[in-house]
Amino acid sequence: MTITPNDSRSVPATAPIPVTSGLFELDADGTGRLLGGFCAGCRRYHFPAGDDCPYCSATGCQRRTLSQRGRLCLFTSVVNRPPGYSGEVPFGFGVVELPEGIQLIARLTESNLDRLELRMPVRLTFVPVQVDEERREVMTYAFAPERG
Amino acid sequence: MGTSVEIAGVGIHPFGRFGETSVVDLGVKAVRAALDDAGIGRGGFQAAYCGTVYSGVAAGHKVLTALGMTGIPIVNVEAGCASGGAALALGADAIRSGRCDCVLVFGMEKMPKGIIRSSFFEPWREAAGLAVTPAYFALRAQRLMRDSGVTLEHLAYVSVKNHRNGVDNPYAMFRKPFTLEAVLASPVVCAPLTLYMLCSPNEGAAAVVLRRTSGAQSGRVLVRAAALRSHLPGSVLGEHTPMCGLPDQALPSPTELAARAAYDEAGVGPQDLDVVELQDTDSARELISCEELGLCPKGGAGELIDQRRTDRDGALPVNVSGGLLSKGEPLGASALGQIVELTWQLRGQAGPRQLPNTKVALGHTVGRGANASVVILSR
Repeated sequence: MTITPNDSRSVPATAPIPVTSGLFELDADGTGRLLGGFCAGCRRYHFPAGDDCPYCSATGCQRRTLSQRGRLCLFTSVVNRPPGYSGEVPFGFGVVELPEGIQLIARLTESNLDRLELRMPVRLTFVPVQVDEERREVMTYAFAPERG
Repeated sequence: MGTSVEIAGVGIHPFGRFGETSVVDLGVKAVRAALDDAGIGRGGFQAAYCGTVYSGVAAGHKVLTALGMTGIPIVNVEAGCASGGAALALGADAIRSGRCDCVLVFGMEKMPKGIIRSSFFEPWREAAGLAVTPAYFALRAQRLMRDSGVTLEHLAYVSVKNHRNGVDNPYAMFRKPFTLEAVLASPVVCAPLTLYMLCSPNEGAAAVVLRRTSGAQSGRVLVRAAALRSHLPGSVLGEHTPMCGLPDQALPSPTELAARAAYDEAGVGPQDLDVVELQDTDSARELISCEELGLCPKGGAGELIDQRRTDRDGALPVNVSGGLLSKGEPLGASALGQIVELTWQLRGQAGPRQLPNTKVALGHTVGRGANASVVILSR
């Protein structure tokens, strides 16, 4: 792949960084995947990934990327900035169920509750929550309603 | 009947905001009141258990240092919202085991205003905006509305009821009644929960003296059970506040586990209860607690409200003290504050809040950990 030095879109001065390591893989184009743990013993997934299975106590769980699409189980919106958070409000907040058979606590890109409904399809995305000292955008995962 | 544990004394410092008064001073006031009530002083108890979350290192020791009552074992207990219940369970066990004849159990807290900042949440979870406790409450409330036919009006009524009860409690922080309309019109914190449907973290202290007794003596308030349980793995909306869980399944909650253990130990069931103080950190939590404690069938919380069964003059009054919604929630003190109220109810000393013919009482707290405590008292 060749990169032309004057194409500012392909060579950002500072690439965004994840809010913490190990939660998800973040690509340069802003897409990414959540990293779950899979227990070969009870065949269940957990998130964030850990060596030990939080359901059956087995150890030696594998790292696996999780589906990018799920369904919204429950939702609310956060209008007051919670402790330790310097990003924008309001934002949506809910429970999303993935095809792997787990439910995640996650931010939602949509905070208008009239535009959210139970069981609606949602898709993984990434949103900025702050800018660090090196002026890099700090990103976390969120789910957005699927169009159509 | 073998060894029984009686409540020999209770004391409370009001719940509210007390400016410069230190958390140690709050604890000293409550402990002094409980010791006076029990008619004992220095040397009168052989161990002390202090429930607190935000008071820092060796907070219980500092209270007893101020009182010149050290030398005995002092154990500081952190079990989230159930810290006081956990301390009480340890104190009761110390008597039942035969190690102690008398123990002091107390709890205190001095918390900042607003949404509680908890070291429970990792820094990244705070930075990501995921350390937002009322939003977890709101999701649980939405689930209750989905599964139990609970309406916004039911949620608002819980707040109306508890604030109405709190008017008569001089130890409560908020002593103003609200109409249903006012509760619904208060600012939305996290839908469906409005400001008046959420309790405030605040300051306060409570203390209880436990003493060995032979079960034969009548007229005493006995600790029939003091159970503490944590969560089972799997639920996404448990008080252990995980990042993930398994789809809704029929997993017993920590409160159900603790209630089962307490009912078994006490040999009573929900139908035997005369008065209940339970966790009402938000309006939905009160209704969930009612279902989990077996005060109504699963899915029956809305009906409980429709029939006004948990009103002060209902068949099973719940949170006659005003609950946490009107008292506020000083974490380490809240469970013991319930025990103080229930002891007064059983003794007939609850003043304007006194219910007729109370013989069996239940106290319940649940929170971060997860930790759930259920205490059953009787006279």
